[in-house]
Amino acid sequence: MTVAHYFETMEYGPAPEADGEARAWLKRHDATFGQFIGGKFVAPHSGKHLTTIEPATGKALAKIAQGSSADVEAAVNAARTAQPPWVKLGGHGRARHLYALARMLQRHARLFAVLEAIDNGKPIRETRDLDVPLAARHFLYHAGWAQLQEREFADQVPIGVIGQIIPWNFPLLMLAWKIAPALAAGNTVVLKPAEFTSLTALLLAELAAGAALPPGVLNVLTGDGATGALLVENPGVDKIAFTGSTEVGRLIRQATAGTGKSLTLELGGKSPFIVFDDADIDGAVEGVVDAIWFNQGQVCCAGSRLLVQEGIAETFRRRLIRRMETLRVGPPLDKAIDMGAVVAPVQLERIKALVETGVKEGAEKYQAPGAIPEEGCFYPPTLLWNVHPSSTVAIEEIFGPVAVAMTFRTPDEAVVLANNTRYGLAASVWSETIGLALDIAPKLLAGVVWVNATNLFDASVGFGGYRESGFGREGGREGMYEYLKPKAWSGRKARAKALPPPTAAADRAGFGVPPIDRTAKLFVGGKQVRPDGNYSRAVLSPKGRHLGEAGEGNRKDIRNAVAAARSAEAWARATAHNRAQILYYLAENLSARGDEFARRIADMTGVSAAKARAEVDASIERLFSYGAWADKFEGAIHAPPLRGVALAMHEPIGVVGVACPDDAPLLGFVSLIAPLIAMGNRVVAVPSEKHPLAATDFYQVLETSDVPAGVVNIVTGGRDDLVKVLAAHDDVDALWVFGSQDASASAERLSIGNLKRTLVDHGLTLDWYDRAASEGPILLRHAVQVKNIWIPYGD
Amino acid sequence: MTQTVLIQNPSSVPVQPHAKGEGHTHPVSRNSGRAIEMDWVDEIRINLSAAERRVASLPGRRTVKKDAQAAWLLKAVTCIDLTTLNGDDTAERVKRLCAKAKAPVRGDVLEALGFAGHRLHTGAICVYHRFVATAVEALDGSGIPVAAVSTGFPAGLIPHDLKLKEIEASVRDGAQEIDIVITREHVLTGDWRALYSEVGDFRAACGNAHLKTILATGDLKTLRNVAKASMVCMMAGADFIKTSTGKEGVNATLPVTLAMLRMIRVYQERTGYKIGFKPAGGISTAKDVLNYQFLMKEELGRDWLEPDLFRIGASSLLADIERQLEHHVTGRYSAFNRHPVG
Repeated sequence: MTVAHYFETMEYGPAPEADGEARAWLKRHDATFGQFIGGKFVAPHSGKHLTTIEPATGKALAKIAQGSSADVEAAVNAARTAQPPWVKLGGHGRARHLYALARMLQRHARLFAVLEAIDNGKPIRETRDLDVPLAARHFLYHAGWAQLQEREFADQVPIGVIGQIIPWNFPLLMLAWKIAPALAAGNTVVLKPAEFTSLTALLLAELAAGAALPPGVLNVLTGDGATGALLVENPGVDKIAFTGSTEVGRLIRQATAGTGKSLTLELGGKSPFIVFDDADIDGAVEGVVDAIWFNQGQVCCAGSRLLVQEGIAETFRRRLIRRMETLRVGPPLDKAIDMGAVVAPVQLERIKALVETGVKEGAEKYQAPGAIPEEGCFYPPTLLWNVHPSSTVAIEEIFGPVAVAMTFRTPDEAVVLANNTRYGLAASVWSETIGLALDIAPKLLAGVVWVNATNLFDASVGFGGYRESGFGREGGREGMYEYLKPKAWSGRKARAKALPPPTAAADRAGFGVPPIDRTAKLFVGGKQVRPDGNYSRAVLSPKGRHLGEAGEGNRKDIRNAVAAARSAEAWARATAHNRAQILYYLAENLSARGDEFARRIADMTGVSAAKARAEVDASIERLFSYGAWADKFEGAIHAPPLRGVALAMHEPIGVVGVACPDDAPLLGFVSLIAPLIAMGNRVVAVPSEKHPLAATDFYQVLETSDVPAGVVNIVTGGRDDLVKVLAAHDDVDALWVFGSQDASASAERLSIGNLKRTLVDHGLTLDWYDRAASEGPILLRHAVQVKNIWIPYGD
Repeated sequence: MTQTVLIQNPSSVPVQPHAKGEGHTHPVSRNSGRAIEMDWVDEIRINLSAAERRVASLPGRRTVKKDAQAAWLLKAVTCIDLTTLNGDDTAERVKRLCAKAKAPVRGDVLEALGFAGHRLHTGAICVYHRFVATAVEALDGSGIPVAAVSTGFPAGLIPHDLKLKEIEASVRDGAQEIDIVITREHVLTGDWRALYSEVGDFRAACGNAHLKTILATGDLKTLRNVAKASMVCMMAGADFIKTSTGKEGVNATLPVTLAMLRMIRVYQERTGYKIGFKPAGGISTAKDVLNYQFLMKEELGRDWLEPDLFRIGASSLLADIERQLEHHVTGRYSAFNRHPVG
């Protein structure tokens, strides 16, 4: 080509980024890597390697070690050994290391960017301008949390050894998201990168060691899914943090259930991208480019479902198709492209198949007309127009450069369509009317909402999903809590084995005037109801005295209670003032009947009158505390690097099942339901199995305290069975289980249907009178999920 | 959205690829203007942050290297309105500038680029009315048009009838292009009909001369104002819309350019007319001008890279391009003093 040729055609011409340094690094390692354990590369125990390819060419790029159980064991041991001195180093010491990692990344920014582009197939523009700077930012930000840890997280301790499994779509950035907070908090890490894209993790581990990160603090273990499974199962791992598919997330939830390992899951999405008729249409069209044609659409929070208001749908479609005409797909190292290669042939096939299904189901297909390379894993930017909510492509995450579009009529309908998904990772709202945009954002069930923007990320703003998009947050203060545990819970002991139930005392009859019979019922939807099965169970004192009978709740009672809780949705929107008032009112009414409750507790548990009275008083005080918290456990305003804000809002999780312990039948019950309702959740409570009558008495307090119907539902009966029903109910959003190791395990194991958030005690005891352990933020944090709403400014 | 004229469907279904190596397809038929359509103004929404993100990511998405870069820079030279608008301008100064316009790049550099014998010249010479006749004479036979800034440039606050007389005088002196300034008050008070009527009068006064409307975007402040003023000026018959006089506090910027280009696109969709765009002020390096060219090509297409639809108001840009071109040819970094001044 000549200057004259370009002068005539005004074509862009090739603009390749040099890859010499990255290739030289591979060559230095003979393109063959071991496991990075204890600060150095070691040959895989099995001697086996996997070949990783370059997606843009299909050629072999390097050999990475296939991790075996011996490798996992070695890595976990190295991490275990390193953890105590890493903690002992203190916040400032760790801050220095994280700062050094941030600076190291900045010094080698181009090497990382080029290697990532080669290994993953994504454009050098993205690795250079987004992945690497955001990763460096993450280390710097978390150096700050390490520095402030002793002050800001004084009541927390690190968890220990963290197993982290990351996906191939943002290999380096996900690594940073995972290891920065974990290391900052004083944990040590075994990280397993995706087998398609392990190279930048290995480079980082090598350079981190060069930057004096102590051996064993960060171990990188490569391999396929089997290696990941071994890491999940390893008993030396205290927590698993996973980003990847919802299917694998479920398997991990199952595998870790009942083991006491904590878990963070960042899973899939089918995020809505809502365009109202008063939007900047061209701006929104450009937003679609950033939403779905960013990283070849291989983005868990990709705005893949376009919802466009009917009146502008045709204009929007036309402008979007015009925009597609100028999109350029090409080799990842070309500096004049918009999209690179899909990560692997298997992914390319999946995309093709899903698009075909979409077309078969009636979608109109538009594809960017620009040329795409013939070799390698390339797929053109694609729009499927005229898709319906029931189409496969509107439901399934495609994880490719494919947007699907449908229309809506009204804001309400936009919300219904947006939330009509199992997922809840992100959403994007386009409107130039501030009132509309800020009204819609809180109604979207998603962990991140971008107003007139999309795919914005920052270390200071938590990221994570609602619903089946997973749980836990990465980034922000909330992200640090994922790698810490409360000091007050660390000394918990296993519950003493329950005494055998008392035998009913034989002789109850006599000729005195009996007390009036009082039937304890279930409390569902604001009404006292008989159990569906119409069986009852006797409630006995420790000495076997018959105190009454409680309803034997069954799965249908749970179903009804959940339905009632679901329809009490208005509670979530009640003002915090209103909720506070009701909690105080509950305390007031409980206080008025304090003597009666004290007698009941003494009868059921056999404690002294004074102790029983103390439990009532503590319960009253606890209700007051949550009345106080109701309008004070607030979100935050973040200042990410843009002209605008991100609002971190505390939102209720929804319908929460609560299984209460036998330990303190009233205080335990109150301690668990009060933080939940204070934050706007609705509760289905299973009271202490042994001593249920304090809770059934309590429904009269609920009835007299203006608690709306359905906000608190009480189902008595066999706790462990009812927990199983709650865990397997896909309309229960979270489940708290206190009082039993078995119920804790089954709650975790059975919660995978809709990936509900679980908070369980694994059968460890909690001192309900110890405020540090059982009151306030320690539980409130589990009663909310954080939604970050990004609001860029400007006119 | 009300659409009162026939919409040209910009894309067939599915999208058809462009013919390979598609060249420049002209000539442009002249915008006749049209009745003011307030819906076209009222419906305009433009989000600043979104616009900023678009222009911020563009340099990462598009670049040109080596021969392609040299070609793009040469093309930019042909789009420059070589400008002098200073209180101390004299006839001799203007003649020097005209000489530079005729030979903007050193002959040996052109030859090395394979452009020996090409009559490469700038898009126009841009001067005050006082020097129109001088420039017309100096450029006689070169094919380079003379543009006159007019209508009480730069503030535009002289009486309306004098503005029209100034236009007519410049046209009489041989100006083929008139760069007018709008009355910013009309925009700032939302008096779109007044703006429409003012620009319509200017267009009538221009006769066959082309009308370039300077919005003084730095005074208009918001992208909404810029976009709305763009649309009104096009409806009133502008051949070009232009960002700035070069005298405002803020001159051409990429976000402002994006807002104006989008309006040009909408106007073309609705009327079929292609309107030209001229950023002015603040574009002083080769790197700067390439980003404007990328934006033109991406937002509007290949046709908008030629001087009949794209002009750059600049005084020092040319010198930087000359240095870059010499570097391309020799591999050595160049210096200003190695290239003749205007």
